[in-house]
Amino acid sequence: MKTSRRGFVGGASALALFSGSTAAFAQKKYSDGATDAEIKIGHTGPYSGPASSYGQIGKTLEAYWKSVNEAGGVKGRKIKFITLDDGYNPAKIVELTRQLVEQEKVLCLFNTLGTANNTAIHRYMNQKKVPQLYVATGASKWGKPKEYPWTMGFQPDYHTEGVVYAKHILANVKDAKIGVLMQNDDYGKDYWEGFKEGLGKEAGKVVKHVTFEVTDPTVDSQVIQLKDSGANVFFNIATPKAAAQAIRKAADIGWKPVQYLNNVSASVGSVMKPAGLENSQGIITAQYLKDPTDKQWENTDDFKAWVAWMDKWMPGSNKADANHVFGYAVASLMHETLKKCGDELTRENVMRQAANFQKYKLPLLLPGITINTSPTDFYPIQSVQLARFKGESWDLFGDVMSAEGS
Amino acid sequence: MASTSKKWVLGIVVLAFVVPLLKPIFPDAISDYRLFLVSTMIIASIAVLGLNLLTGFNGQFSLGHGAFYAVGAYTAAVLMDQLNVPYWATIPAAAIVCFIVGYLFGLPALKLEGHYLALATFALALAVPQILKYKWLEGLTGGVQGIVLMKPEVPFGLPLTEDQWLYYFCLVVMVILFWAAANMLNSRSGRAMMAIRDQYMAADTMGIDTALYKTVTFGISAAYTGIAGALSASAIAFVAPDSFNIFLSIKFLIGLVVGGIGSLTGSVIGGIFYVLVDNSAQALSQFVKNDLGLPFDLSAYTVFGVLLIAIIYLMPMGIAGGLFMAWRKIRGAR
Repeated sequence: MKTSRRGFVGGASALALFSGSTAAFAQKKYSDGATDAEIKIGHTGPYSGPASSYGQIGKTLEAYWKSVNEAGGVKGRKIKFITLDDGYNPAKIVELTRQLVEQEKVLCLFNTLGTANNTAIHRYMNQKKVPQLYVATGASKWGKPKEYPWTMGFQPDYHTEGVVYAKHILANVKDAKIGVLMQNDDYGKDYWEGFKEGLGKEAGKVVKHVTFEVTDPTVDSQVIQLKDSGANVFFNIATPKAAAQAIRKAADIGWKPVQYLNNVSASVGSVMKPAGLENSQGIITAQYLKDPTDKQWENTDDFKAWVAWMDKWMPGSNKADANHVFGYAVASLMHETLKKCGDELTRENVMRQAANFQKYKLPLLLPGITINTSPTDFYPIQSVQLARFKGESWDLFGDVMSAEGS
Repeated sequence: MASTSKKWVLGIVVLAFVVPLLKPIFPDAISDYRLFLVSTMIIASIAVLGLNLLTGFNGQFSLGHGAFYAVGAYTAAVLMDQLNVPYWATIPAAAIVCFIVGYLFGLPALKLEGHYLALATFALALAVPQILKYKWLEGLTGGVQGIVLMKPEVPFGLPLTEDQWLYYFCLVVMVILFWAAANMLNSRSGRAMMAIRDQYMAADTMGIDTALYKTVTFGISAAYTGIAGALSASAIAFVAPDSFNIFLSIKFLIGLVVGGIGSLTGSVIGGIFYVLVDNSAQALSQFVKNDLGLPFDLSAYTVFGVLLIAIIYLMPMGIAGGLFMAWRKIRGAR
């Protein structure tokens, strides 16, 4: 730790002044990346390359910390948010992470994006004992405090979501014959594993399981295969482009199953509209964040605050893009974590505070969904609510379903 | 002239060996991160040299050397992961595998020239990441999840950090490979390679077995790039298909053109260039926006592109060629 002489003298004289009430002073403790004046946070995201649409998340985070600094920072400390472009390339993120940890000496990494990318730095971060917090991927491997005590996820993991759909199908569809369309990568497989687990003994109800590559131009032939299998339930595990194609194709060939769509693609703007609103009616998905196109939130306080914040700090950007909601919510959680750290801004304490949320109401989460973590539970959000597409937006129904504690 | 340039090379190599040992004296200037960065430059230089042997010295185009890099990286990773082969032994293994793959690819490539060969190699670069994800190979390659590896450990209890050791390991491999390439190019075979590039028909008439030379060159070129890939697997300690996208091949080509086609020095400069610019383009674009206060929200790739155009325009022979010309002008002016 570097301590400037002026800082030392100032601190010492302040201490002398208040020496009568030393008990009121919490002891200040710092790791690399935190001082009296500043907290350094590192981030990488895909501002270029195949996943650059997620670059909006990084831009939202940057704007968020700017607004925090404008308001005086966190307990008087300004946030220095260093965000770098990894181009969605796992080799690149290793280099950038080393730059952030070893050169910039950040206090922690925050919301690094992509499953493969986070895997690439998983071991490194835990060896260096630097927090890798609230990563932007729903893989289920981020919640393993025993093996990886320095890494924590954020969103409900894909596995949990898969379980929820399976249970809903078993409870609501008679004689279900299920067809599954799956993107052939770890994200698709995580959903698939959860889905099978949720079906349990009824796994035989899956009559057809077809896969596609994220680079495939269309999924037409897969959808036709699903129809021919006689399935009456369609579980759509696809990222936005393919998800929209599948929904449209199913309508074109007159296949009318009960449709379940993963949350990853539950965007009205980029999936439901291109697929055709008339084709999308009745599709079921699971949500945990307030959808920016859903009119029912317009009068809730946190949503109004978000809209005002967007107008001020990200003027001109598309408010229908759910990435902005995601970025704002996850940054709020990081903000709260830092606040809870108080004057003990060590890496250990950051992790301790991150693992110590009880029913915390994070802005923009659906009513009834809260942040819960503990030293053995590194999954902050494990609840979702099902929603059905109706008209031009999602219509929430049923209760909040939770996998907390499981 | 030849002896002075030899002295220069020797001097730089000695410097490259000595400087990292000064780490205890200048811990900030010679940090582990910087050494790691230089290691990635060395790896890039080897890969660019591989492409240079093919394109610069033999006149065959390739837009797909990222594929050989990936094959090398995965050969190393699978050997380390499945068979517990030590990292240093994966280098020759990767070289052999890539030589065979390159040689085999070179056979049909004989029928293809110029643009057609460029397209065929381009297809190879596109296909390899997909093949790595293929179901039957998944058990070996880990599919899209990739393979997590251990970083090379410092042997014999040497008082070095992991990154220092990695640096030396890469440096030694690089010196050997460049020495081998220089010798090869100075030999009968090297002259045959260049003759094929310069005047294919004349070379054929002179009795050079053009088919053999072209395929073997393809193999050697692939082996060099594969070695670079194997080194990168050790350095990054992780391989995944997404690391080897089409951009990688393009970057090698950029390194080649910017450094200097048909020049060994150019390969080193090309390797350094693309790591350096790739890293600093973003910093530069932020500098333009925040510090100069210009109202341009340039993406890193815009800066990269502008730089590239400027260099190609100012130094059409690449940086190595440009420096050589400048050097000659200065000497001529005297």
